[in-house]
Amino acid sequence: MVNLKPVLRYGLVILTLGLLWELSATGLGGIILPHPKAAVGAFISAMGTQIFWEHFGVSAYRAITAMAIAWGIAFPLGLIMGSVKRIDNLLAPFIFLTYPIPKIVLLPIFLLLLGLGDAAKIAMIALILGYQILVTTRDGVRAINPKYYDSVRSLGGSQWDVLREVLIPAALPHGFTALRLGTGVSVAVLFFVESFATSRGLGYMIMDAWGAMDYLGMFTGILGMSMMGAALYEIANLMERQACKWMFLRGK
Amino acid sequence: MLTAENLSKSYGGEAVLDNVSFSLGADETLAIVGPSGCGKTTLLYLLSGLAQADSGAAFLGGRRIDRTSFDISIILQDYGLLPWRTVIENVALGLKIQGVGAKERTERAREQLVELGIAGRDAEFPANLSGGEQQRVAIARAFVSRPRLMLLDEPFSSLDALTRERLQRTLLDVWKKRKVPFVLVTHSLDEAVVLGKRIMVMSSRPARPVAVFDNPGFGDESIRDTEGCFKLLKELRHTVEDLW
Repeated sequence: MVNLKPVLRYGLVILTLGLLWELSATGLGGIILPHPKAAVGAFISAMGTQIFWEHFGVSAYRAITAMAIAWGIAFPLGLIMGSVKRIDNLLAPFIFLTYPIPKIVLLPIFLLLLGLGDAAKIAMIALILGYQILVTTRDGVRAINPKYYDSVRSLGGSQWDVLREVLIPAALPHGFTALRLGTGVSVAVLFFVESFATSRGLGYMIMDAWGAMDYLGMFTGILGMSMMGAALYEIANLMERQACKWMFLRGK
Repeated sequence: MLTAENLSKSYGGEAVLDNVSFSLGADETLAIVGPSGCGKTTLLYLLSGLAQADSGAAFLGGRRIDRTSFDISIILQDYGLLPWRTVIENVALGLKIQGVGAKERTERAREQLVELGIAGRDAEFPANLSGGEQQRVAIARAFVSRPRLMLLDEPFSSLDALTRERLQRTLLDVWKKRKVPFVLVTHSLDEAVVLGKRIMVMSSRPARPVAVFDNPGFGDESIRDTEGCFKLLKELRHTVEDLW
């Protein structure tokens, strides 16, 4: 049976945003900010074209690859830093000194080092998202109640058992929450990195249409990016619910 | 046979345990009573191998307890169940660590849950169970790996009176079948009389044994209604009033 509640919730939000959009478009004359009916019409038409899906596919590939790399590196590193004091003492100063630096300013360096292709863009997104996952996971591991370690050790458990039975499952919700919240940041960074040195991706599509004063085309890209952001958030949400069932118990 | 010889332990320069010695036979149970924070939990940690004594040693069957082992099960305060594992996974955890195959450990865990009167909740998470049910799961987990010694750290302290009495009976029933010796730490004199074949009274911190009582009525299901129980409780109360 399909759960209608999220569908209704999303429907209500889209309706409210649409109303606000319509009011704003009317107020601004409907050129710079097209009416939602025209923008959505153009978006639906674009969805029937191959070129839109090519841009969407390239952007989705960059975002998903970056998220997977960020999670694959930052989550295990967060586990290690949170649980091995000596390594944390060594790495934490690096992490916390560099955490406040706006990593996006390093994009030109990434482009010089990794070239104009996807690698620099993916690395940029992964770096920014990776910091969030790393810090959240590390803090999550440090907050684990020691009684759970005792619980496994008292049964004769080894370090490996503690890792498998306590550290990983207890840290997963923190890692997934950071990933879920990081989808918004990932898409924002994706837009920025696709504004440079590329002719593919939704970010390029938006900026190209903006340069040509094709505002309906620009909004097609914006709506496409919004759709991708919402989809990534929901995918991360579903993964979290699947991997951390105990966090989403009825009545909890 | 469990033997503790002159166990002492300090934390941060403060003595917690001071020369604790006792022994426990293969079919005995020992209830240790003492004021809150006196060091009872520390004693159980030393006996389980989770912590090491500064001086003295404990032996189980002649082997020195210097690390945790499959022979000793401990039920921690607040049950020690892993919230991210289901009931059956929690009960089978010790067997999994021992390398018992998935099918066998699930079967054994299920049998143990049935024995503890908590069948049909296998797939649920601990947060969905009541305090009494969680405690039954914790007891099942401790018994399922067939230990040679059980340690219980105030296992029923957070339960209501009726649930507590029911679980005390359940624990005794399982003990009568298995005859696994256990050391129970409690601050309830009543619980000590119901579950302890011998009762050891500890002083306040640093904890040291100050009196040991034999409990001839141990194992009697209606011990609470006996003259001997009233007498023993009176003696215990008299002892602790002078100490705590």
